[in-house]
Amino acid sequence: MYPFTYHRPASLDDAKARLSASEDGRPLAGGMSLLPTMRFRLTSCADLVDLNGIEALAGIERGDGHVRIGAMTRHAAVVESPEVGEAIPALAALAGSIGDVQVRNRGTIGGSICFADPAADYPAGLLGLGATVNTDRRAIAADDFFTGLYETALEDGEIVVSVDFPVPARAGWAKFGNQASRFAVVAVMVSLSGGSVRLAVTGARSHVFRVPEMEQALAGDFSAEAMDGIAVSSEGLNEDLHADKDYRAHLIGVMAKRAVRDALAQ
Amino acid sequence: MTTPRTVELVVNGEHRAGDAEPRMLLSDFLREQLGLTGTHVGCEHGVCGACTVLVNGEAARSCLMLAVQAAGTEVRTIEGLGGVDDMHPLQEAFWEKHGLQCGFCTPGMLMTAVELLESTPNPSLDDIREAISSNLCRCTGYQTIVEAVQAAAERMQGEAQ
Repeated sequence: MYPFTYHRPASLDDAKARLSASEDGRPLAGGMSLLPTMRFRLTSCADLVDLNGIEALAGIERGDGHVRIGAMTRHAAVVESPEVGEAIPALAALAGSIGDVQVRNRGTIGGSICFADPAADYPAGLLGLGATVNTDRRAIAADDFFTGLYETALEDGEIVVSVDFPVPARAGWAKFGNQASRFAVVAVMVSLSGGSVRLAVTGARSHVFRVPEMEQALAGDFSAEAMDGIAVSSEGLNEDLHADKDYRAHLIGVMAKRAVRDALAQ
Repeated sequence: MTTPRTVELVVNGEHRAGDAEPRMLLSDFLREQLGLTGTHVGCEHGVCGACTVLVNGEAARSCLMLAVQAAGTEVRTIEGLGGVDDMHPLQEAFWEKHGLQCGFCTPGMLMTAVELLESTPNPSLDDIREAISSNLCRCTGYQTIVEAVQAAAERMQGEAQ
């Protein structure tokens, strides 16, 4: 790890001040991705601003028609949250499928979405549920937040404060995880709200994406069978030693059906 | 500052302090500054689980935390679990069930299992397998580890009654 100056602000204002005062500052959330990346010297920064001391950034509350999750809320807290379990059980299932117990004890929703790993779970949760990301300066729709491989719409020094998840009529989560890392090879979040459907896929491309053909079919008939015959093209999908692009394309169809069945079972 | 600072924390119930550069990992701090070499360092990037300790009661990979982040916390390491003359039920069960061969993964396995049994006193086999999925063992094939954790859970349940 290259040397850096460590900051541990106790307030969001203090964190913003320290980031804006640095030409090469970086916020640290749970550290599950950033710390190993720094260890490999794939990234470095002059100032590391640790958000773990800012209590106001962690917590879960049920609002009017939505659930708000603070950026520094650990995955384990989402799994155990009565508010999430009651309003959006599929989101609790997603959090419970992340990594392993050590990762869920330390990792945060804010860190996960800001790092924007192509195989991370939360991006599908945000996009599939139509969430809104609240930062220290604006609100960003999930549709606009994830912009590329490890890339988001965040500006320099912008800090995610919380994520608002609208409570859907139904939602379902299905994940085909790598057996060793538990990262998603392909995972799908689907939700039904009013007459509209959102279906988001992670693990398969540079970043999370929706499948409009499946959404339209499901809007008319919210059943796994409604997607019979809809094939997702393998063009542009990820390929690695775990799965080639044709297999990933096949998995999208299978996981989409499982996600719908999961939603219908709740 | 990039220069070392003093990190004060409670380790296994004792107040401890040591110097750490901000970039020093908690795993290296425990081993090199505090002399607690029972916490093993395997992959050093958050995969193998060998360096697992409890931070404020929760299992954490000490290679995925900076030492400076542990200031003010309570850390439990394998040294705090039990000694040769007063072994923890988990340690006895690992011994009896052959839950280890080379022993490198064992401290991390034990600390992961401690958190499991403290939060879930009567775990199912699936619970045990899910919990230790965070820890790699290259010797045992895991079966004897699962049996050891199960045996320890039964013993601790019996003692609690």
